[in-house]
Amino acid sequence: MGKLKILVVDDEPGICSGIKRILSNFTVTYPFMEENIEFEVDDVLTGEEALDIITTKPPEILLLDNKLPGISGVEILEKITKEHINVLVIMITSHASIDIAVKATANGAFDFVPKPFSPQELKSSVENIAKHIYLKQMTKKMKVEGKQIRFQFLSVLSHELKAPINAIEGYLKIIKDKQIGNNIDSYIPMIDRSLARINGMRNLIMDLLDLTHIEAGKKKRELKPVNITKTAQIAIDTIDPLAIQMDIKIHLHADNDFIITADPEEIEIIFNNLLSNAVKYNKKGGSVDCIITEETNSIRISVSDTGIGMEQKEIPKLFKEFVRLKNEKTRNITGTGLGLSIVKDIVQLYNGSIEVKSKLDQGTTFSLSLHK
Amino acid sequence: MKDLSKKTILIADDDYDYLFQMKMKIEHFGYHVVTAEDQKEAEKIIQTLKPDLAIFDLMMENDDSGFILSYRMKKLYPDVPIIIATGVNAEAGYSFSVNSEEDRKWIKADLYLDKGIREDQLHKEITKLLEIKDNKQKS
Repeated sequence: MGKLKILVVDDEPGICSGIKRILSNFTVTYPFMEENIEFEVDDVLTGEEALDIITTKPPEILLLDNKLPGISGVEILEKITKEHINVLVIMITSHASIDIAVKATANGAFDFVPKPFSPQELKSSVENIAKHIYLKQMTKKMKVEGKQIRFQFLSVLSHELKAPINAIEGYLKIIKDKQIGNNIDSYIPMIDRSLARINGMRNLIMDLLDLTHIEAGKKKRELKPVNITKTAQIAIDTIDPLAIQMDIKIHLHADNDFIITADPEEIEIIFNNLLSNAVKYNKKGGSVDCIITEETNSIRISVSDTGIGMEQKEIPKLFKEFVRLKNEKTRNITGTGLGLSIVKDIVQLYNGSIEVKSKLDQGTTFSLSLHK
Repeated sequence: MKDLSKKTILIADDDYDYLFQMKMKIEHFGYHVVTAEDQKEAEKIIQTLKPDLAIFDLMMENDDSGFILSYRMKKLYPDVPIIIATGVNAEAGYSFSVNSEEDRKWIKADLYLDKGIREDQLHKEITKLLEIKDNKQKS
C-alpha cells in the first residue's frame, strides 16, 4: 500500500523536526503484506493550518499536539469526529495527563503519546495505526471483490437461463401463429427442442443447487465410511443407458471395495459428473475406463475416455463456472458448464487434487486424489 | 415494390434454436439467409461471401466472438452493416466495454440489439441499416 501520509501539528518546531527524523527511515511490515508501509511526514505549526489541510487533502494519520496557540488539539479532534473526516489521530499530550488522554480517546483519537516521548514510543504508536489502516483497507478490498465475483456469477447465470427461455418462447410463438401451416406434425421438432431446452434448464438449476450448497458450506455434510467402488458402480449403472445409445462401453477397474470417510452424496456427484462427461464427449463406439486405486493416505480415481479431447490451451478454462468449451464437436452436446467446477469444489473439501490430461481427438483423462 | 430477393443476411449464433428462429423470421421478411453456428464458421463464410448485412451473437466460442467477427468483416467489407445481438445487457450487469475511445475504435458494429427484440422492431432496424447502406452507395 506504499506510503501513508502523516501530518504533524505542533507549535514547537523542534518537536516537528524530531518526529520527521524519527519516522524518515521507519517502515512497518506485516505478515502477508507484499510491500512495506512507509511514511511521508509533513508538519504545520498551528491548528488553523492543520484544519485547512485536513478539510481539503486529509492525510491518513494526524499527530496532534493538544496545546496549540490558537484552536486546540481537542477542538480539531472534535471537528474531525463531527464531520466524519477520514483521518486517524494520535494525540500528543503535553503532560501525561490522564484527563486529556481520556477526553481525546472519547473524542475519537486512536492513540496518544505523552510528551516527552522516546523514538520507540512514537514508532510503536505509528506502527499500530499503520497496521490498523492496512487491515481496514484489505477488508474493504476483499468485500468489494467478493461482491463483484458474486455479481458476475449472477449476471452469467441470468444469461444462461434467459437463452433457453427465449428459445422456448420463440417456438411457442411460431406454433401459436401456425407459421408453418396447419399440420401439427411439422411442429413436433420445435416441441422436442423446447423440451430439450427445458431439460437443460432443469439440469442447470440442479447443478446450481449443488454448487451453492457446497460453496456456502450450509449443506449438512454427513461423513461416514463410503464404499467408493460401489458408488462408482452405481454411477456407471445410471449412465449406462446413455452410453448404450452411443455404443460406448464403460469399464470399472478396482481390485477391492475401497472405503473412504466421506459424504456419500459428494462422492456420487464426483462420479456422476466425470462419467457423464466421459460419455457425452466421447465418440460412437468408444470406451470409458474408471480406475480406482489406493495409496497410503489417499484414494486415486481416474476416468479416461476415447473421445474428442481438447487442446492444451483449453484445459485451464475447464473448471471455471459456466465455461463450456465451444467448438463444432461440442455444439450438440448439452451441459450446464457447472459440473467440473462442482467437482473441483468437492475435491478441495477432501484436501485433494485434480488434474487433466487430454489429446485432441484421442481422449481425456481426469485424475483425482481424495484424502482418506 | 423494391426487390429484396437478392439481399443476403448472414447470421452467426451458437444457440441452435435462436439461429433457427432468426432464420425463419428473416426469411419471412423476404431476405436470403446464410447461417453460421460459431465464429469459426462465420469467418470461413465471409472469405467467399459478401452479405448485405450481418447479425452476430456476441458470445460464442470466445466471450468477444461478435467483436472479433465485426472487426474481420469491416476489414473485408467496410460498407456492410453489422448488428451485434446480445442476450447480456447493461440491465443484467454485464456490459461490454465500449466506454473507452480505444474500444470504440476497435469495435466496429453498427448496432447492438437485445436478443429479446420484437419481430417488427428487428425488421425495422434491418431495413433502416440497409437503406443507409444503399444511400451511401448512391451518393
